[in-house]
Amino acid sequence: MRSHQAEGVRKTVTKTIFALMGMFAFAFALVPLYDVFCEVTGINGKVSTSAQQVLSNEVNRDRYVTVQFITRTSAGLPWRLGVETRQVQIHPGQMTEVDFTFSNRSQSASWGRAVPSVSPSTASAHVRKVSCFCFQEQRLDANENLTIPLVFQLDNTLPEDIATVTLVYTLYPLEESNERPIVARHMNNKNGEI
Amino acid sequence: MAPRIPLQSPLQHSDTVATAGGVDHHPSQPTGWRRWLLTTNHKEIGTLYLIFSLSMFFVGGIFALVVRAELFQPGLQLVEPEFFNQMTTMHGLIMVFAAVMPAFTGLANWMIPLQIGAPDMALPRLNNFSFWLLPVAFTLLLSTLLMPGGGPNFGWTFYAPLSTTYAPASTTFFILALHIAGISSILGAINIIATILNMRAPGMRLMDMPLFVWTWLITAFLLIAVMPVLAGVITMMLMDINFGTSFFDAGGGGDPVLFQHLFWFFGHPEVYIMILPAFGIVSAIIPTFARKPLFGYASMVYATAAIALLSFLVWAHHMFVVGLPLVAELFFMYSTMLIAVPTGVKVFNWVTTLFRGSISFESPMLFALAFVVLFTIGGFSGLMLAIAPADFQYHDTYFVVAHFHYVLVPGAIFAIMAGVYYWLPKWTGHYPNETLAKWHFWFSVIGVNLTFFPMHFAGLAGMPRRIPDYALQFADFNLVSSIGAFFFGASQLLFVLVIILCVRGGKPAPAKAWEGAVDLEWTVPSPAPLHTFETPPVFRQIEK
Ligand code: HEM
Ligand SMILES: [Cu+2]
Repeated sequence: MRSHQAEGVRKTVTKTIFALMGMFAFAFALVPLYDVFCEVTGINGKVSTSAQQVLSNEVNRDRYVTVQFITRTSAGLPWRLGVETRQVQIHPGQMTEVDFTFSNRSQSASWGRAVPSVSPSTASAHVRKVSCFCFQEQRLDANENLTIPLVFQLDNTLPEDIATVTLVYTLYPLEESNERPIVARHMNNKNGEI
Repeated sequence: MAPRIPLQSPLQHSDTVATAGGVDHHPSQPTGWRRWLLTTNHKEIGTLYLIFSLSMFFVGGIFALVVRAELFQPGLQLVEPEFFNQMTTMHGLIMVFAAVMPAFTGLANWMIPLQIGAPDMALPRLNNFSFWLLPVAFTLLLSTLLMPGGGPNFGWTFYAPLSTTYAPASTTFFILALHIAGISSILGAINIIATILNMRAPGMRLMDMPLFVWTWLITAFLLIAVMPVLAGVITMMLMDINFGTSFFDAGGGGDPVLFQHLFWFFGHPEVYIMILPAFGIVSAIIPTFARKPLFGYASMVYATAAIALLSFLVWAHHMFVVGLPLVAELFFMYSTMLIAVPTGVKVFNWVTTLFRGSISFESPMLFALAFVVLFTIGGFSGLMLAIAPADFQYHDTYFVVAHFHYVLVPGAIFAIMAGVYYWLPKWTGHYPNETLAKWHFWFSVIGVNLTFFPMHFAGLAGMPRRIPDYALQFADFNLVSSIGAFFFGASQLLFVLVIILCVRGGKPAPAKAWEGAVDLEWTVPSPAPLHTFETPPVFRQIEK
């Protein structure tokens, strides 16, 4: 190979190696970017994971929205999550409180967390949670029952075509201690405002 | 990084035997198996890739036949559902990563230096290393089948959390194997880019390159762009499984849908990685046997580049049913349909090249023509799947299986076979046995259509993919598919026979083995000597 070719090859190889490293880093960068994107646009049904303030107390009495609650427990956690009522009819802007009951049905204490999801996903930006058990991890002793309220509001800008909003809570087991998994992302109540 | 190969005079050692115990410079050639282990010659490495790919084609094919045998009748007859899942998964993984991709890399190794007038690949030792990573990777992958708990059983798309939380214990080995195969592809791509950009014969501009070279250049860029993303995804899986992270675990704050986004950001360009070089092969063969220059050379190059760029914007057409918001459904639906435009340009150019050509139907041409017709059928079913509301019905049914097998088997694999028949005279110095080759062709065409055409109907009628048993109304379609599959599989033995016979002898081929062939590879003798173009050829501008 002639030397100018060797020089060219070296340059090409260097460039492609930089491109490769860039793309590898990009794949990891997509993880936080994905979260930011979803948070900004609210398109994957994720709701704010920290308490929000009530926007306004103006209640739109002309409109009813059905809010449904679904709870489920993933494999590996001997808990049940019950809800006081499966469905409520509320007005946009109206503050609503619903009681959820966690019960540990095993003979030992364990940790769990309820992870929320909203459907349709376009509604998620309009669900304002003033207080939610899903902001924290829970610890239940053997056979303990714990009732915690969810306080929320649907804001007035909820799109007209949405007549039903479904809130799903899935219980996941956590490790024994309250040490969090490494990439458990902004799960804690950052601002602490209630 | 630059290779340190001493300047060699032409034909320095093509027929000298290694001097015993001589200083181990490149020119002293080891013999026997060490010759193949240590070779840095692009032709020998190309041959290794092709043989490896052909063997894996049969391994993956046997897995497919296990699947088809179980699906021959409704009910569970032959294998356990758990093993069935491992077979579908392994079939997909082996065919994609061990059969189709290495076949194209093998053809690239053999033909790119010959087509651009270079003496070898730019980085010959790296080339050797890239190849030998493959047997390591796939021995490891296949060995997972023997591990406790079995091999990967979550589909070739390995969606988390099926492949993390609920995966068999061997998954860490699967990840390692995929990492090694990925590194091999990346190194191959670096080498191909470095060769094409720096080692063309004096006077050959980019727009003078044969289309096989062009399509491979673009494919190599796709590989550089997306293989690291695949590496990233499987690294995240590895960490979720072994180090307690929760990238894809909702319980820890991760998101399983993120997995699908990352996977398909790699996965869709990956399907084009498996088809662009095929476009290049067909674009070489059709003009040769139509005895006309390729219609619209420049538009072919631009269409290839357009397909490659667009392929980064369509990934979520695999995810229409995960609950994307309406805007995203629309965006991915329209961008996917847009890809059909440059693809259509290509089909148009091939057909126009054929128009009023003086066509002869040798085996490479037969495969290339079948490619154009059957690949287009796959393109049309792709367009149907691209319609988001319709995909709610088709997704995860046999219709999808029919679609991608039409683009991959009579698409990518027929193109590879066309290329093999086209270049065998250059590799071996003999023409393949035309009668047997034609039998192979007709059996393959019939087999492919018998196998995959009924899958469209089964899918439209609602048969889900990746199931070991099915409802009775699908029995007839499956019976036909299974018969077709065994027929197709058996006829591939003919392919091996033709290749073996051709290596051993046959009608001798001249340097220019096909009357209408124009590219540089036809200026060197047949069989191509181990070392070619040690002094760069004079590149004459051929009217494209
Ligand atoms: C006109 C061009 C094409 C269009 C519009 C198209 C569209 C699609 C769509 C929408 C899907 C998703 C279907 C579903 O899962 O519901 C799909 C799947 C697939 N396509 Fe294509 N496609 C095209 C060409 C190709 C080509 C050229 C290849 C490969 C050579 C290919 C390989 C695949 C594969 C492997 C899958 C299935 C992946 C899996 O779920 O296992 N497609 N295609
Ligand atoms: Cu795709």
